[in-house]
Amino acid sequence: MFDGKQVIVIGERDGIAGPAIAACVVAAGGSVAFMATECFV
Amino acid sequence: MPDAAVVRAASMVLAHAPGLARHGSKPARTLPADPALQASFRDSLRTFPDAVGYPPHQAYLGGCHPRELPPRPWAGTQLPGAGRFAPFGELMPEDELLGLLAAVDEFDLLTLGPEIAERAAKRLAAHPLAASHLDLSRLSAATGDAAGAVRSGALPLYDAAGVLAAGLRGGHEQDEALTAPVLLENLACKATGTLALLHLMHDHGLDPAAVQYTISCSEEAVGDRYQRGGGNMAKAIASAAGLAESSGADVKDFCAAPIPALVMAASLVVAGVFEQVAVVAGGSLPKLGMKFEGHLKHRLPVLEDVIAGAAVLVTGDDGVSPRIRLDAVGRHRVSSGGAGAQILHDLAVRPLEAVGLAMSDVDTYATELHNPEITEPQGSGDVAARNYRTIAALAARRGEIDKDSIDAFVTRHGMPGFAPTQGHIASALCYLPHALAELRAGTVQRVLLMAKGSLFLGRMSQRSDGMSVLLESNRR
Repeated sequence: MFDGKQVIVIGERDGIAGPAIAACVVAAGGSVAFMATECFV
Repeated sequence: MPDAAVVRAASMVLAHAPGLARHGSKPARTLPADPALQASFRDSLRTFPDAVGYPPHQAYLGGCHPRELPPRPWAGTQLPGAGRFAPFGELMPEDELLGLLAAVDEFDLLTLGPEIAERAAKRLAAHPLAASHLDLSRLSAATGDAAGAVRSGALPLYDAAGVLAAGLRGGHEQDEALTAPVLLENLACKATGTLALLHLMHDHGLDPAAVQYTISCSEEAVGDRYQRGGGNMAKAIASAAGLAESSGADVKDFCAAPIPALVMAASLVVAGVFEQVAVVAGGSLPKLGMKFEGHLKHRLPVLEDVIAGAAVLVTGDDGVSPRIRLDAVGRHRVSSGGAGAQILHDLAVRPLEAVGLAMSDVDTYATELHNPEITEPQGSGDVAARNYRTIAALAARRGEIDKDSIDAFVTRHGMPGFAPTQGHIASALCYLPHALAELRAGTVQRVLLMAKGSLFLGRMSQRSDGMSVLLESNRR
């Protein structure tokens, strides 16, 4: 799905954490250009 | 050694800080470059009566139960019968807060202008706790030429109308850990923590000399350039509040800190190390005005205009107060990673399984109870409602309830968010005095306190953390 794509990953503490999204991106063939998890409260 | 530890008492305070709100992290970064936004911000600050009457503030102070809050919107409304002094503590006006800052300032950092100093001294002299338990002579010593102090490099502190009220100098010109903005945050934390601890001791008739240890779960880091988070806010607050026999230490875990602090306090008591341990939380000045842009966009007042404080006393079992179940402590394990369901399993299932309870056996879950009227306008959603739905969904996944019963579970075991967005304060701690009242009365048997902390914000770990602990009624 993400072959050859670079992905910016923004995770959220109460939702999906950045590393979890990044793992999915990599598993789907992409690479992570930037990854962070943020807290919005 | 006692068989169990109990939460003997808890107190909550708020300090109205519309003038200091501009020193919150977000306003301090945003306002200076935009005069029009500055004016809009200033015009959107609340009056003291508006802050007192604001229904969520009254829920925090015990003027009503969170479940008794009227329907939203709350902004612009007043809870009938609301007063500055409420069952759990008080909401202090800003002139008194500035005086309180001076009263706990042991290093002559603050220069109060004569007008504000006189007003603060007069009002604090009439305050039921400040007059007898704080060194108000420090206000006289702090009175001086605030404008001159600012010309000499002090940080200007304005009142809500934009009039210079005080100047705060830094602690050392070459130490980034002791700049005036950092010291303002720490002094505000110390002041509100002290106010909460004074209410805890004296509203409940407790003996300050009996407290042997104080644990701070405040968010600020006290230190110098060689040790930025050196501490010890706990002992600073204990000293200011007159706990002469107490030592102390700080527990740091981002917003989760109150729960490990409570668990450590109870552990020290049950282990026989100390008979009485206070847990104290001063407020977070950096979070003032954190979401003000959303509020202005939706024509709301700047709702993050209060600095909160909380204090709790943990002692051995007195046969009356709610027990802290140290055999039902949930911890977010390293191996659990960052998936929400797994975190929640660690916090809301494992501690209950350890003592043979089902999720439905907990009457009330106290999770992150941020006031949704503050969070929603900035796009952060309703944190409390989201947490409760996730807890209910977990109960459904475990087969404890039907999927159709999720809404009913949320209604029965949850409540609306009502706490100011002062992270650690909103993390279950805000509900503690309500829980004590219900557990003492026997109207509920069990309350699970849950908190999460965003460790990744400190850039040392991608992980978050969390802890939970079960409180149980002592009524047989």
